[in-house]
Amino acid sequence: MKYILVCIALSFVGIGNAQDCAYTFKGQLTDFHDGTPIAGAAIYLKERDSYTTSDIDGKFTLENLCKGPLTLVISHIACDTKTNTYAITGNRTETIYMEHHIEELKEVSVTGRTASKETTTAQETLLKAETIDKYSALNLGDALKEVAGVSSINTGSTIVKPMINGLHSSRLLILNNNVRLQDQEWGIEHAPNVDINSAAQISVIKGSGALAYGGDAIGGVVVINPSRIILIDSLYGKVTTGAQTNGRGYNIATTVNKSFASGWFGSVTGSYKQNGDFEAPDYQLTNTGVKSTNFSLRTGKKTFESGFEAYYSYVDNEIGILRASHIGNIQDLVDAINTQQPLIIRDFSYAINAPKQEVTHQLAKASYYKRFKNFGKLSLQYDYQNNQRYEYDIRVGDDRDKAALDLTLQTHSARADVVVDAKYGLKVNFGILGNYQNNFANPDTGVRRLIPDYDKYDFGSYLTSEYKLNKNWTLDAGLRYDFNRIDAKKFYETSRWEERGYDADFSQFVIDDLGTQLLTNPIFDYHNLSASAGAKYRINEKSYVLGNYSLSNRPPNPSELFSDGLHHSAARIELGDIRLKPETSNRVAGSYHYTDSKFDLNVEAFYNHIDGFMYLQPTGVQQTIRGAFPVWEYQKTTANLYGIDLTAQYAFNEQWRIKDKSAYIKGTDEDNNRDLIDMPAFNTVNELIYSKPDWHNFSASLQSEWVFEQKAFPNNNFEVFIAATNENLLVDISTPPPAYHLLHFYTDLDFKVSKNTNLNLAVSVNNILSTNYRAYLNRLRYFADDLGRNVALQLQLNF
Amino acid sequence: MRNYKFLLVAFLSLGLFMGCSNDDDNPEPVNQEEVVTTIRVTLTPAVGGTPIIFEKQDLDGDGPDEPVTTVSGDLMASTIYTGSILLLNETVNPPEVVSEEVQEEDEDHQFFFTFSEESGSVVTYADADGNDNPIGLAFVLTTAQAGSETLTVVLKHEPNKSAAGVSEGDITNAGGETDVEATFNFEVVN
Repeated sequence: MKYILVCIALSFVGIGNAQDCAYTFKGQLTDFHDGTPIAGAAIYLKERDSYTTSDIDGKFTLENLCKGPLTLVISHIACDTKTNTYAITGNRTETIYMEHHIEELKEVSVTGRTASKETTTAQETLLKAETIDKYSALNLGDALKEVAGVSSINTGSTIVKPMINGLHSSRLLILNNNVRLQDQEWGIEHAPNVDINSAAQISVIKGSGALAYGGDAIGGVVVINPSRIILIDSLYGKVTTGAQTNGRGYNIATTVNKSFASGWFGSVTGSYKQNGDFEAPDYQLTNTGVKSTNFSLRTGKKTFESGFEAYYSYVDNEIGILRASHIGNIQDLVDAINTQQPLIIRDFSYAINAPKQEVTHQLAKASYYKRFKNFGKLSLQYDYQNNQRYEYDIRVGDDRDKAALDLTLQTHSARADVVVDAKYGLKVNFGILGNYQNNFANPDTGVRRLIPDYDKYDFGSYLTSEYKLNKNWTLDAGLRYDFNRIDAKKFYETSRWEERGYDADFSQFVIDDLGTQLLTNPIFDYHNLSASAGAKYRINEKSYVLGNYSLSNRPPNPSELFSDGLHHSAARIELGDIRLKPETSNRVAGSYHYTDSKFDLNVEAFYNHIDGFMYLQPTGVQQTIRGAFPVWEYQKTTANLYGIDLTAQYAFNEQWRIKDKSAYIKGTDEDNNRDLIDMPAFNTVNELIYSKPDWHNFSASLQSEWVFEQKAFPNNNFEVFIAATNENLLVDISTPPPAYHLLHFYTDLDFKVSKNTNLNLAVSVNNILSTNYRAYLNRLRYFADDLGRNVALQLQLNF
Repeated sequence: MRNYKFLLVAFLSLGLFMGCSNDDDNPEPVNQEEVVTTIRVTLTPAVGGTPIIFEKQDLDGDGPDEPVTTVSGDLMASTIYTGSILLLNETVNPPEVVSEEVQEEDEDHQFFFTFSEESGSVVTYADADGNDNPIGLAFVLTTAQAGSETLTVVLKHEPNKSAAGVSEGDITNAGGETDVEATFNFEVVN
């Protein structure tokens, strides 16, 4: 009965409306960016359940419309589907703006995993979430080694500094969620303070082509991005947990994202990991434990036209440093080198004692963007970073538990960036930014400051452009200017000040004389210009070549200017030089890329000529009451670096494929006519992979890692008089360790738990044969072997 | 046009932000703790007489000035000397007596005495820590025949006192870090 009544009522409504159904709706679909018409879009008229399409001019007409609401669902390839509702009370004409740019899909992505590169003509490699997930228990520096030509310079196995084409520390720029990391990055034993679990995508850009990020990235840029926001009502995330035999480590990490179709989103990431003393094949590596606690929060609103984001991240690492690497003088270093195993080996422990470092890095960011019709996009950002670094040394008496180094580095930064993309094929990007940085070295440590108190001001502006000449050629070019001022307050020992000859050249800096110490106020200004230009040529569907040139300048960092003191694990006195000037890099690079269904090849070659290259060089031996120490001074030279990186993959069939990754680099110190120190040796990583998607996405791989002996190194060996034995002894600190070959195994499986949930189970074995080896670029190589076998299990639940 | 105005305002406000103030507070000087500037070895003849002082002094710590080593006189052949060691930090006024800290943490410290090969002198420890291992702040030096000799005194922090030979004064297996190292050339006369 009810049913019939409803039917009757509806039919009356139908009749009632029929009388007003004479209206016309004229639509015009226009590209938001450049105002060009959008042809061939599908327009679904919901109330009538019918379709129409836009014509060549982007126009469409809907006739015989009734009074009432009109809902249009407009979809077009490379556009976000758009739903608009109009009230029809008469004839109507509307212009509808569509978000029609493939480029912009990365901003408003519906898949959430679309990967897009940061640059066009630079040598850039993307690491995607699937790869990054494998490194959940490790460090950023470990993950980056997936890229050919990227290595690392280590202090043990937990302090891992990335190295791109032989360059590291201040010569690399690391961006975490669009914030340039400021964390005392100049020190070799300062690893980047980034939680790998907060990264969903990492771009490694070799060279300084990405000028919007900085003009001083002589080595390269690492861009770390969190997961993209999906503009639908959704709750998704992952939980990763793992355990490792070597170091008896365990880790857990989780990320939860909540998003709404309205554009609002929020996400939380938290992770914790711990391990105790690691093991070399033959002994415990005492005091190599790590504790790491991280979390980050992100919220905001993201729509096509505008959006904002607030982000906060907290990274806390407590890292033990091999006990046996803490030495008193050069005699101890000789003893350590001559003894085949560390002088201190204790039973396994999770305890982290001195020497150790404790670093907390906090980052807060607020950003806003707005798009303008027929123009482009404006982004504004402010960020603040606080880096608190404590280093604990072996000390005596009341100072036993007191940090020997206590630095607080705070950085405020603001930037405005404009992307103009109104004209199809041409993209222009310009912006300005300002930084204020303050370093505070706490005097309560009772140890002379290694890095002085300083204020640093930076101002930068840049203009980059990208032009798509035709379907085969893309060109880009950029220009950047940076101003830096460093205003430091440093105490010099009077004897050091005079020995350096600073009293003659820099007497104006002295502001106070305390007898044995002088308080000085050095102020230095630097003006730097950087530029880049490149081209990419698509040869055919399968291959392209690209080439680029970049000019970059890097002013000396506080360590290069002001270092002044004894470095314990190196048993050397390191001295900065306030006379140093910025170094200038001219880099040319070319790449060839080929891909088809069976074969992938990527070859990258570069030549980097650096004038005024700053590096540490031994200059003599100094006697102290503790004995003799070699003195290493920051000096400059002309450096030439060139190399070639290769990545190749060949699939035999559906199941079997092989992969190769090799890198060769050579560095020369032109002024002294010898090799550059700390250049990675030739290395080749080859992998045999078997995969069978039918078996729960099964894959297994056997990897061979072969690192050659570095034969090209500068001879910095020196003779020292050993008082205890009354003889002169040659201290061999230069000869790199022999070549080594390691085997690794990795396998994983996916299980479907429910419709939207899957579980990934991975097992890996590193250094299967527990081979004894030492790596040239590990600063603890004088003291102990590298890690032995490690079996790791990892479970990841994606929901 | 409105867009450009908006941009102009945005850029200008960024410029204002960058006008940061600079505070002119000067940092405090650090009085280096745990520095040993001076090691003074006093050798008093057991039968009495003027003590002989061996001293190494480096007033600028890790600074560039060379340490100064002095020996106040010759030792007598076939003589027993009562030895003691004083460590000072003379960068502070009054000087800090660092050897007191060594005494307090005696289990973590040990002095080693090494003579050149042609020397006939020997040192025996005259003190002990809680584990009955030597420290070396007090010792006995016995000379033999006349000649030119060299004595090296090394203070090790956290040596392995239980390793072979260490408690007998052999530095070979001691490990640990060197806190002080001083070499004295002296004459033994008849």
